[in-house]
Amino acid sequence: MNDKHLANTTANKITRREALKLAGVGGIGLLLGATGVNTLLPSSPKNEQTSTTPTRADEVIPFYGKHQSGIITPMQDFICMGAFDLTTTSLGDVRSLFQSWTQAAARMTAGKNVDEESDHALLPPVDTGEAMGLRPMKLTITFGLGASFFDERFGLASKRPAPLVDLPRFNSDEMRKEWSGGDIVVQVCANDPQVAFHALRNLARIARGKAVLHWLQEGFQRTSASDPTGSTPRNLMGFKDGTNNPQVNDHAIANEVVWANTAESPAWMAGGSYMVMRRIRMRIEVWDRSSLTDQENTFGRHRLTGAPLGKANEFDELELDRKDAKGKPVIPVDSHVALAHMDGKVKILRRGYSYSSGMDLKTGQLDAGLLFICFNRDPRKQFIPMQQKLASVDLLNEYITHVGSGLYACLPGASEGGYIGDTLF
Amino acid sequence: MIQKWSYPLAAVVLGSSLLAACGNAQTQTEEKKPEATQPDKPAAADQSATASTAPATSPELQASIDQYRKWVVDQTDQFVKATEGFTTAVKAGDMEKAKKEYAPARAYFEKIEPIAESLGDFDPWIDAREGDVPDNEWRGYHKLEKALWETKSVADQGKVADQLLQDVKQLRVKVESVEIDVPMLVTGAVELLNEVSTSKVTGEEERYSHTDLYDFAANVEGAHEIYKVLKPAVTAKDSALASEIETRFADLDKALAPYRKGDGYVLYTELKEDQVKKLSQSLDALAEPLSKMGKIVGG
Repeated sequence: MNDKHLANTTANKITRREALKLAGVGGIGLLLGATGVNTLLPSSPKNEQTSTTPTRADEVIPFYGKHQSGIITPMQDFICMGAFDLTTTSLGDVRSLFQSWTQAAARMTAGKNVDEESDHALLPPVDTGEAMGLRPMKLTITFGLGASFFDERFGLASKRPAPLVDLPRFNSDEMRKEWSGGDIVVQVCANDPQVAFHALRNLARIARGKAVLHWLQEGFQRTSASDPTGSTPRNLMGFKDGTNNPQVNDHAIANEVVWANTAESPAWMAGGSYMVMRRIRMRIEVWDRSSLTDQENTFGRHRLTGAPLGKANEFDELELDRKDAKGKPVIPVDSHVALAHMDGKVKILRRGYSYSSGMDLKTGQLDAGLLFICFNRDPRKQFIPMQQKLASVDLLNEYITHVGSGLYACLPGASEGGYIGDTLF
Repeated sequence: MIQKWSYPLAAVVLGSSLLAACGNAQTQTEEKKPEATQPDKPAAADQSATASTAPATSPELQASIDQYRKWVVDQTDQFVKATEGFTTAVKAGDMEKAKKEYAPARAYFEKIEPIAESLGDFDPWIDAREGDVPDNEWRGYHKLEKALWETKSVADQGKVADQLLQDVKQLRVKVESVEIDVPMLVTGAVELLNEVSTSKVTGEEERYSHTDLYDFAANVEGAHEIYKVLKPAVTAKDSALASEIETRFADLDKALAPYRKGDGYVLYTELKEDQVKKLSQSLDALAEPLSKMGKIVGG
C-alpha cells in the first residue's frame, strides 16, 4: 500500500511533504507523536501543517493494495467499528458478500456513493445518502475474521491460522458476550463521523440476509483541527496515550511488528495482520477523585507533559531502573508504562480510540473508556504476553474493566478486480 | 402508522422539512427526481407521485390486482365474522371467551392494513392505541383490550363493542370498491413489514394483552400475499430477487416457528431479548429485498 501511495502521489506531482505524509512518515509522527519525527522531517511539522490547504488527493486512502488500509494508516479522527455474525451457512454467500463489500468499500473510500443510483420512483435509493457531497475524509474500511468464522459452518476449520487463537481469560476480565467476538469485524475510520457511520451502515445493509451486527462501537480522539501540531493524543483519563508506538512507516519495523508472514501464518494470510479489540470501560468517577500522585504513579508518566516520571519531556528515555533518594524506583514497577514496556522486546501497533456511550442507566455513571485496538503479527508472542503481564499487576486495573474482547485475522489487501478474502475463499 | 393520522399537523410539518432538506441535497449533488429519495411518504402521496409516471397497468399486473382484491374481500368477510364473535362475547360479559378471540379476530385487520389505511378513518376507528387519538374519541379493538386485560371489566363496553362491529362492517362495504394499483401493492408489502418493525417487534402494539406475535405473523402474511400475486412479474424482471425474497420468507417463517402455540402464538412477554433481536433481524433481512419489488414497474 505504501509503495502505491508513493507512486500515486508522485504521479500527481504533489509536494514532497504530502508524499511523505501519505506514506505515513509525517502522519505517524503527527498523529501518534512517535519519537524521531523531527529527524525525518527537515523542518517543524507544525508550520507546514498549518500552511497547507488540504487537497482532495490527500483525503483519499486507496482501498486496493498489498495490505488493507486502516492498519498502518495514520489514525483518523473517528472510528465506527462493528462485528457481524453470519446468518448464512453457504460459503458461496460469504464469497459474494465479500465481493459486494469490496466493491462498495472501494467506491466509498473514494468518496462515491455505495453504487450507482437507479432513480426509480418505486425503489428505495441505492445509497442511504448521508454522505452525498461529502469528501472522502481519509475513509478506510478494514475487514477481519474471528475464530468463529473457522468453525464447522463453512468447512474452513483447517484453514484457521495458528496465531488466531482463543484469547485466554485475563485477570479481572469481566467479559460480556454482547461486546465480544463476532464472525467478521469491520473497522471503519475517517476524519468525519458521518462519513464513517455511512460506510458501516451501508455495509450492514448489503449484508442483510447474510450477516447481522453483533456489536457496534463508535469512537473518537481529538481531531486534527483541535490539535494541528499532531501531538500525542490523550485518553479520557487525561494522559498522553501512544507515545511509544512503533514507527511502522519503516518497512522492516512493520514487517516485524504488524504483517503476518508464512513463518507463523498460512500463505493466504501473507500481508494480513491480527487485530485485537478490547472494549475497556474506565471507572471515570473513581479516577476523577484520585490524587494527582496516584494518577501519575498509575501511568508512570507526568500528566501534563507525558514525560516519564522524573523526566521533563515526553520522549525522554524511560529509565526503569532509576531509583530515588530512598532507593525506590522513580517509575513504580507496577505502573502501566513500566509493564507495557516489556523490556523493549515486545511491540504492538496501537490504534485505539476513546468511546463514550452515554450513561450506565443502572448506576447513573458515565459509560466511557477506550476502544483499544492493536495490530500484531502474532498475538501469541505479542499481545497475549503483554496483556497477561498488565492484567496481573497493572495499577491501572483499579480504574478500568475489560468488558469486550475480540481477536480477528485481518485479511491481506485486494488488488483491483479481486476482492478482500480472495486468497482464502 | 400512528404518525399518519394521529398528528396530522406535525406530519405535514415534518414532511415539508424533509422536502426542504432533500432539496438542498439535490442542489449539491445535482441528482434528478427528488421524489425518488423521499422517505416514507403516506401511501396516498405515493400513488399521486407515481400515477403520472407509471405506464398503464399490463393485463398480467391487472390480473394480480384482481387476485389480491379477491383475497382482501375474503379476509374482510372473515374479519366481520370474527369481530361479531368477539363483540358478542364482550357484550355478554364473557371475559374468557372475549380474551381468547381478541387476537385472532384482530389478525384479519393486520393482514389487510395497507388497504384499510387507504380507506380514510378506519384505521384510527378500529386500531388506535390509547394516546394515538384524543381520549374522548378513542374506540375500537385496543379500547376493549384495555378493558379486558387492564381494567378487567367489560361491564360498560357495550357501546364500544357495537361501534366496533359497525365500523368493521362498513369497512367490508368500502373494501369492494377500493382503488388498488401496483405502486400501492409494492409499497404496501413493505409497509406491512415496517409496521412489524415499528410496533410489533418492540411489543408496543398489544400493551395489555401482549399478543403482538399474532399481529407480527398477520402482517407478514399480508406482505406474503402481496408477494404471491406479484411473483410472476418479479420473477420475470429479476429471478434472483424473486428467489431471494422467497428464501427470506421461509427463513422468517422458521424464525417464528418456535413461538407457535396451539392455533396462535406465545405472549410477547415470554420472549427473551436475544429472541426478539433475532426475529427483528430476520424481518429486516426480508424487508430489504422486498423493498426492491418496485422494479416490476417500468425501468
